[in-house]
Amino acid sequence: MKTEVESLDSFRERAREFIRKNLRPVTQRSVASSLRAHKSDEEELAAVAHERKLQRMLFDAGLAGVCVPREYGGQGLTPAHQRVLNAELRGYEYPSRLQVPTFTPCLSVLLEFGTEAQKQQHVPAILKGEELWMQFLSEPSCGSDVAGALTTATRQGDDWVLNGSKVWTTGAWWSDWGLCLARTNWEVSKHSGLTVFMFPIKIAGMEVRRIEMLNGSKEFCQEYLTDVRIPDSYRVGGVDAGWTVGTRWMFHERMARNSPFVTAPDGEVRAGGSGSTMHAIARAAGKLEDPRAQELVGEAQTLHLVGEALRRRVGQGIVTRTLSDQASAIARLFVGLAEARRATIAFELAGGAGAAWTPDDGDLGEWGIDFLMRQAVCIGGGTTEIAANVIAERVLNMPREHAPDREVAFREVPRSRSQRE
Amino acid sequence: MLLELSSEQEFFQKTTARFLEDHVPVAELRRLRDDPTGFKRDYWRRGAELGWTSLLVPEEDGGVSVSGRGLVDLTVAAHEFGRHAAPGPFVSSNVVALALSGSAHKELIAGLLDGSEIATWCFSEAPPHDELRELSFSIERDGEQLVLNGLKRPVESADQASQFLVTGRSGGGLTQVIVPAGTPGITLTPMTGVDLTRRFSAVRFEQVRVPLSAALGGIGDAAVAVEKQLQHALVLLAAEAVGAMQAAFDMTVEWAFDRYSFGRPLASYQALKHRYAQMATWLQASHAISDAAARAVNDGAPDAGELASAAKAYVGEYGSELLQECVQLHGGIGVTYEHDLHLFLRRVTLARALFGTPDAHRRRIARLIAQKEAAA
Repeated sequence: MKTEVESLDSFRERAREFIRKNLRPVTQRSVASSLRAHKSDEEELAAVAHERKLQRMLFDAGLAGVCVPREYGGQGLTPAHQRVLNAELRGYEYPSRLQVPTFTPCLSVLLEFGTEAQKQQHVPAILKGEELWMQFLSEPSCGSDVAGALTTATRQGDDWVLNGSKVWTTGAWWSDWGLCLARTNWEVSKHSGLTVFMFPIKIAGMEVRRIEMLNGSKEFCQEYLTDVRIPDSYRVGGVDAGWTVGTRWMFHERMARNSPFVTAPDGEVRAGGSGSTMHAIARAAGKLEDPRAQELVGEAQTLHLVGEALRRRVGQGIVTRTLSDQASAIARLFVGLAEARRATIAFELAGGAGAAWTPDDGDLGEWGIDFLMRQAVCIGGGTTEIAANVIAERVLNMPREHAPDREVAFREVPRSRSQRE
Repeated sequence: MLLELSSEQEFFQKTTARFLEDHVPVAELRRLRDDPTGFKRDYWRRGAELGWTSLLVPEEDGGVSVSGRGLVDLTVAAHEFGRHAAPGPFVSSNVVALALSGSAHKELIAGLLDGSEIATWCFSEAPPHDELRELSFSIERDGEQLVLNGLKRPVESADQASQFLVTGRSGGGLTQVIVPAGTPGITLTPMTGVDLTRRFSAVRFEQVRVPLSAALGGIGDAAVAVEKQLQHALVLLAAEAVGAMQAAFDMTVEWAFDRYSFGRPLASYQALKHRYAQMATWLQASHAISDAAARAVNDGAPDAGELASAAKAYVGEYGSELLQECVQLHGGIGVTYEHDLHLFLRRVTLARALFGTPDAHRRRIARLIAQKEAAA
């Protein structure tokens, strides 16, 4: 069957018409950031429901899963089409909560490693906004060292029984399915005894607890798995082949907004923000004419513009193979350090209002809270230190660090004091 | 440096790189240290034949097109200039050629394009007027003449130039004038600079008179043209600095594997590996912003000014940070004349200070945002 690829112009026109007709422009009220814990649970659930609806509308309009093959309900188009969609979505609402981790890494991993039946069942459901996915990767005992997972899956007949704990799952309390890395063999080396599974989050034996962050946010969760029983058909990839899946999983995670499966409107800036956010703070502080404040505003905007340019360069380079997959660690390191710097700049511009504020302070208020959370951007999704290791060892090919966990059975690997038996 | 080159761009890159390797290897750069002009006119003429000064000029004026995006193509050559720390007034020649495009100065354009003539841009001024918006140079109308007064510095290759493109203030507006180098009232004072081969002068204009016809565009009406020239200069300077960063970084990565301390290569120490990772990130980010700025300025995009300043601010700051890290990682040899590292350190140092410091560009970005917000 010969299929003609839709031209970028036709796609653009179609996307533009849909967006203008159906999506709401994002009104940028004051600058106060999205990271803050302002939403009640009811508001958060309503927002999630709204985003599911948006995703369904995109699906019905033929704009969901731009780079996902048609046989799984996607559009079968190219990253260039996705970039057009991103450009057209500038300034409009979109299902932001569904992008990471649902579209990447979860959907990316399913497409790469899922069986035909798994893909047929879940990919269209994801594209329709019916399934929100979560990644059960980190554990309390291992943060960046995800291959050190202790959560164990034991074979019982045709089933697997899982026990252990996973952590740092964003929004697991309103999600539907999860991808889980578990240990299936303790007698082989660390990376050789892992297997990936998927299962519905609301399953018997699964307890989801919310974690309160120091800024009051309760988006992150910790899960406790007690004899969670799942069929073998929920396995993704081979038994004990979990690290093959896992390395790609983490690659897809690092791709984040660079992933061809992720919708990321141009010009969208996260908390801490662009130059115009900083401008608003400087204005509220009466510092627009202060040269030092101008330098800070300009620095924040420079980091924003450089970050965008770098994200595009790395994304394009990986897709066209002019850069190695590992180059995504460069974008990750940049984003961590740049956002941390921007949080400092915002705090600095807010002056004394960074310590205490009133509701009347408007754009001056609450930057102190973001400053308290500053390092979160250098920790979540793999620390900046891990990114630096990846760049040095995989991009620059420098010697690997000494690793006493490689050549021995995982059971023998030294562990943190709290994890020793 | 562009991530993907078209075959025409690749040809341009290769011919420029090969020419620079053949004609100005590091030994020649060291010889040119004591040459008062810093480059040979024959070298410049032959380089110009490769297209070094032709890409910002439309074909009807004798210009050449590689891909149709002249400035983007030209950054390919600028990058090679940086990578080889090459001599010659690359940025100023191209800015003047751009400014003259479409004007009546056909002979001068032809001379610039074939490299037989040098013309340079008298734009920057001495502190405290080195701030981007603080030009103090005066261009006053007196009947059918314009009278120029003031000091311009640093002016690149002024001693080699037959003509000056002078930017100054006329009341509330900007004016640009083409002035023959021999015009009475002009005095050149050679300056001492950080680069081995790039030469700068202080050029004083005292009651210098030129006919009205010497003006490029209207009197007091040049702000848009000046902004365009500045953006082009910033892009070329950034692209060149990124080339120098790349050369120094490659050299320092090689060093990490070759140099052993305490029985281990430097590349095996995590404390150093992380610093290399940081440098790789600065470098890749510099490539990214420099290319993004080139595209925006070439296309006349609404955010071109902001991106050009962001490129200058970022590459200016992290270019020299990267080079100083390279020096640190080399140890003592890194601060010797014998080692090649300083060739590139000089280049990024120049690029950081010319046409506005990183701080000056951050303030400029803040003003652009303020204008945008006021208009919104």
